[in-house]
Amino acid sequence: MFRNNYDNDSVTFSPQGRIFQVEYAAEAVKQGSVVVGIASKTHAVLVAIKRNAEELSSYQKKLFPIDEHVGIAIAGLTSDARVLSNFMKQQCLAHRLTYGRDMPVRSLIDLIGDKAQVNTQHLGKRPYGVGLLVAGVDERGGPHLFEFQPSGMTEEMVAFAIGARSQMARTYLEKNVEKFAECGREELIAHGLKALKESLVQDRELTVENTSVGVVGVTGEGAKRVVEPFKVFDGQDVAAWIEAVADDKEGGDDAEAEAGGDAPAPAGETMEVDE
Amino acid sequence: MDHRPQNWGRPRDDVYGAYDGSYLQSSGPKQATQSPIVTGTSVIALKFKDGVVMAADNLASYGSLARFTDVPRLRSFAETSVIGFGGDVSDMQYLNRHLTDLSIDEAYAAPSSTDTTTSPGAGTLNAANLHKYLQKLLYSRRNNFDPLWNQILVAGLDSSEAPFLASVDMRGTAFTSPSLATGFGAALAQPIMRRYAETDEQAAQLSREEAVKIIKECMKVLYYRDARSLDKYSLAVVTKAGVEISEDEQLEQQSWAFAERIKGYGTQTV
Repeated sequence: MFRNNYDNDSVTFSPQGRIFQVEYAAEAVKQGSVVVGIASKTHAVLVAIKRNAEELSSYQKKLFPIDEHVGIAIAGLTSDARVLSNFMKQQCLAHRLTYGRDMPVRSLIDLIGDKAQVNTQHLGKRPYGVGLLVAGVDERGGPHLFEFQPSGMTEEMVAFAIGARSQMARTYLEKNVEKFAECGREELIAHGLKALKESLVQDRELTVENTSVGVVGVTGEGAKRVVEPFKVFDGQDVAAWIEAVADDKEGGDDAEAEAGGDAPAPAGETMEVDE
Repeated sequence: MDHRPQNWGRPRDDVYGAYDGSYLQSSGPKQATQSPIVTGTSVIALKFKDGVVMAADNLASYGSLARFTDVPRLRSFAETSVIGFGGDVSDMQYLNRHLTDLSIDEAYAAPSSTDTTTSPGAGTLNAANLHKYLQKLLYSRRNNFDPLWNQILVAGLDSSEAPFLASVDMRGTAFTSPSLATGFGAALAQPIMRRYAETDEQAAQLSREEAVKIIKECMKVLYYRDARSLDKYSLAVVTKAGVEISEDEQLEQQSWAFAERIKGYGTQTV
């Protein structure tokens, strides 16, 4: 009776000037579990919460290496992310083969941005149902973090979070944004995990099973340039980092404070003392 | 009425006579360059302590005719590299336009275009990247049986800021060496340069002044013995500080005394 007639394809505007298929795709990103990315002057990190479909199943991977110097975190349809990730791997490899260098991250992002936008403009195609955070290093300003949306929108960020309940993580990142630029590798990971914790539902917490951390870094310029290749850490490799932020929580945050909205502030302050 | 569509809209045969199809391209395989037409001769280059020196004369020959005497064959790329072209001049001009487009695209994307704190060319293609790209380009063209008829030397610095010098030819064959020469220079100049810098270690001992002197000496030998050469030439020096190209060098202190003693060529009857 009151069916929406303007959401059958991604090429038709509604009378209000909206393209519903593109908005639904953005909605699919919000269904995915949360991923956080932060960039400093030397490193870019991605952290993610992995989900398992059921108790007996394994956890779905959230972080993927693309090339030596680039990695992605995904939120949304994993199968669509696979298409984009394969494309990005091919492009990075082709660039390496033709020019003998790491592909500049901005060039790579522009390619997937264009690829996704085309899907919103052709009858019979659909937008990708996945959002990405892309972390990488290049010779054009060191570490970078980019956000990618199914609409084809891409933007460079200092720090960002996408996925379910990611607003809580973004609030944490906004509160601490001034600190990120000067952060070292470990501090940046700690900030990422703390932002991630903000987005967890009440009775869930970070475990070695559900947490993924990805790091890429670069130091020096010219002849002294050294790249720490993008690497994903899972399982016991992330135990120490989880432990580090868990101690914080107990020290500076009580159970009753958790109910209140100002929980992140004391947590942020105690961290400064610890380090 | 003529019911054959192929005849509609054509001048009428009964008025203008039958159409002369010989004005159209005759059918047959597509023809790519079979040989170079206007050519440049040798390009020579030598590494030294802080960079690379490169030289090529300003002549574009039409066969054995010295047709154009003001054609510089060295160009810079992104203020960090020098490229020297031997072989076909029209293909050189095509590559020159192509590389200019590439350098503009790169300059817009690199931070050094907006950020004055970074060194010029930071984040853009260095000489090693450029050489790799040209090699892929020339190899792909030869695979389409439409080669770019050039031998190219690329000089600059690599990613570790060490002097870089490499060659690529019309087939995509690529190699590096402390000294390189294309065309006649490979026979006449290369042995002279190797006397001073046979290895990278020896090249790293050379000063800029020594390297320039050796290159100038080689250009003189080439002018003495290469009949497709000119005494006006371009000289480029590339270092960490950037690229300097001088396009109006003149060979000095020529001595043709040796020529009298040369026998056995041409129309002499001695």
